[in-house]
Amino acid sequence: MNELKSCRYTKRMALGAWVGGALFAAGCVTINIYFPAAAAEKAADRIIDEVWQLKGGAPAIPVAPATNSKPATQ
Amino acid sequence: MKLWIAKCFLLMAVLAGGGQAAAQANLEINTPGIAAIQGSMQKRHTELAPLYGSGAVGLTRDGNVALRDPASVPLAQRAAVNTLIAAENQDRAALYREIARANNHPEWEAEIRSTFGQRWIDRAQSGWYTQNAASTWVKK
Repeated sequence: MNELKSCRYTKRMALGAWVGGALFAAGCVTINIYFPAAAAEKAADRIIDEVWQLKGGAPAIPVAPATNSKPATQ
Repeated sequence: MKLWIAKCFLLMAVLAGGGQAAAQANLEINTPGIAAIQGSMQKRHTELAPLYGSGAVGLTRDGNVALRDPASVPLAQRAAVNTLIAAENQDRAALYREIARANNHPEWEAEIRSTFGQRWIDRAQSGWYTQNAASTWVKK
């Protein structure tokens, strides 16, 4: 009788370990889907460098043309 | 039995470590689609830069550009400026979507947009207008 009981407990423990393991594995998958914020920031910076031409240190922003700023001469 | 369970856990720990390492890797941004959008935005920037400088156009928190001060744009040019802003926002939306898709996570689009929104603002030149946390315009 006692032997049968202990066998049942072992089975239950094994099942517990399985469920725990499955939950742990699911947690690992969740880690993989987390948004990689640091990598996204790096990617954003690389694209901003290109679009705004900031790579060579001083930004190459054209100065607004000073048209129509001459006083009327008449 | 116990040894077998222990082995199982060890294997899971190794797999988890690999997963975390993969999550730290760079995002893929070298695709033809992303390069095309980037080129189009780079070309448009020569037209947008004076508008940022004059404060007519500002950078919004959600990673877009917006007409901040319509009065500073002559009436005759206002339609052209609005077209420019619409085209820029269309490219930006496509850029965020393409980056999410290139990394096989289309659901990341909103987070990529908000990351870009913050970086455009952080890296804006002084004198340009950007939106703060309360979405009010602030001169950098």
